[in-house]
Amino acid sequence: MTRRLPVVLALVAVGLLFAYPFWWLVSASLKDRSQVFDNSLLPSVFRPENYAEVWRAVPLLAWVGNSVAVGFAAAAAATVSSAVVAFGFARFRFRGRNVLFGLVLATMMLPAAVTMVPVYLEWHAVGLATTQVPLWAGNLFGSAFYVFLLRQFFLGLPAEVFDAARVDGAGPWRQFRSIALPLARPGLIVVFVFELKAAWTDLIRPLIYLREPELYTLPRGLKAVLDRFGQGGEAQWELVMAASVVATVPMILLFLVAQRYFVRGTVTQRVEE
Amino acid sequence: MTSAREARAGWLFVLPWVFGFLLLTAGPMLYSLYLSFTHYDLLKPARFTGLTNYREILTDDRAATALWNTVFFTLLHVPLQIVLALGLASLLRRAGRSAGFFRTVLFLPTMTPPVALAALFLLLLNGQNGAINAVLGWFGFTGPQWTTDPAWIKPGLVLMSLWTVGSTAVLYLAALTRVPGERYEAARLDGASPWRQFWHITLPGISGTIYFTLIVNTIASLQVFTEAYTMFFGARPSTPAEGDAALFYVIYLFQEAFGSLRMGYASALAWVLFVVIAAITALQVRLSRDYVHYEDRS
Repeated sequence: MTRRLPVVLALVAVGLLFAYPFWWLVSASLKDRSQVFDNSLLPSVFRPENYAEVWRAVPLLAWVGNSVAVGFAAAAAATVSSAVVAFGFARFRFRGRNVLFGLVLATMMLPAAVTMVPVYLEWHAVGLATTQVPLWAGNLFGSAFYVFLLRQFFLGLPAEVFDAARVDGAGPWRQFRSIALPLARPGLIVVFVFELKAAWTDLIRPLIYLREPELYTLPRGLKAVLDRFGQGGEAQWELVMAASVVATVPMILLFLVAQRYFVRGTVTQRVEE
Repeated sequence: MTSAREARAGWLFVLPWVFGFLLLTAGPMLYSLYLSFTHYDLLKPARFTGLTNYREILTDDRAATALWNTVFFTLLHVPLQIVLALGLASLLRRAGRSAGFFRTVLFLPTMTPPVALAALFLLLLNGQNGAINAVLGWFGFTGPQWTTDPAWIKPGLVLMSLWTVGSTAVLYLAALTRVPGERYEAARLDGASPWRQFWHITLPGISGTIYFTLIVNTIASLQVFTEAYTMFFGARPSTPAEGDAALFYVIYLFQEAFGSLRMGYASALAWVLFVVIAAITALQVRLSRDYVHYEDRS
């Protein structure tokens, strides 16, 4: 135990270093404008009104709603479609399967920035370039990393249960729905929470696609708050910080609820490779 | 199930991905390659201009600045991230039962939306009265003007990026726990110092994971966008003091495509980025042959 003490002390120091910016954020969001920069740990006058003020100044509630809607649509689409595709790769033999799966792995390495412009032009061509649809609809086709991850889950299931189901007359779809999906639940949750987080924190696609402030997701809205309240002598940083807290807290809660899935996903993400 | 039925079922299940690949990857890449030889502003049909876009990139000062900024950031950010994550993972490994708690603390920053992170660090990095310079002041250092001095903007962004080192540290922790303990015992019996143990057992044991994070983090770092864009671009006009010190490649690509509506030029920029990333990845793959051990892959 005594040999552990220096390690724990070092970790406490690092932990404080990592926790301090959070503390600063929440504390600044409750401060008076004149105090934001004074680096005191606690506000001398508590101003929860900052939250009401930013709430009145911008459509924060609509942004939260948009982020929830887009996030859940993106996560549900990615989970269902990736599970279907992964089951196809894991369970059935067909000509071209290995080449196709090689392509799946190759797209994992493709820089996203390369398809940014042409994919926008596709949405533009079908008249959906200024809607929220491009923020989630691409997920309906399964995404490489999740296909890879769920395929590992399905490969880990014993073949006998599928054989038994087949003898009982269950077709491929029934085997998928009634056996594979329930057993792969931990993997499905990993995909869901990962994609929920990715959609909730994304800025670049909302910047490209969303024009109307009413359609903004939280990060896009937060950028607008920063552009409006974060400049010049009239800057109102306490409002920017309050909006930042609103954007951050749901992700912290999500993590605390689904912590082990995040860690598992992060680890499978890279190590299994 | 006959093999014909099995094959049909297999194809039906993977069909969504095949469609997605054609619609969102292969199709767009061909389209983008074509566009890179054209002038296209969305208003008039694309006009074929041959190699004009690529020739323009060669003489475009902002493209050169953007590429240099990006490579500079990557060279600083990726190694620091790996070394720091390795250090934190080694600490966590020896933390015993409290490891779970500290893992959570280290992981939480990675959940912060990058826009919120950027807004927050714009204040923490503030040169006059930001918290980071205040801490440096305790130790007698006068901190630089992180957000306005062009020489310090990129180091400031790197410093900020280290706050999200937690997810890499968690990966390394998982890899460390899989290195067989007997090796350390054998080494201790032979009287190997902790440093020698680290160098000859730990590093080879997790080299596969380090290698993978090197590649993934490099690809991600060469496409860095959100934090720098949030802090220095958008409705905020960048001041002459900042110049283009935070102009990263994807930011420039984004501005050309969606600000100036130069879709052809932006496509050519994208292809240059693709080639740069592919070349760097290929180089890393090649170097890895000599240094990466895949013993548990047998």
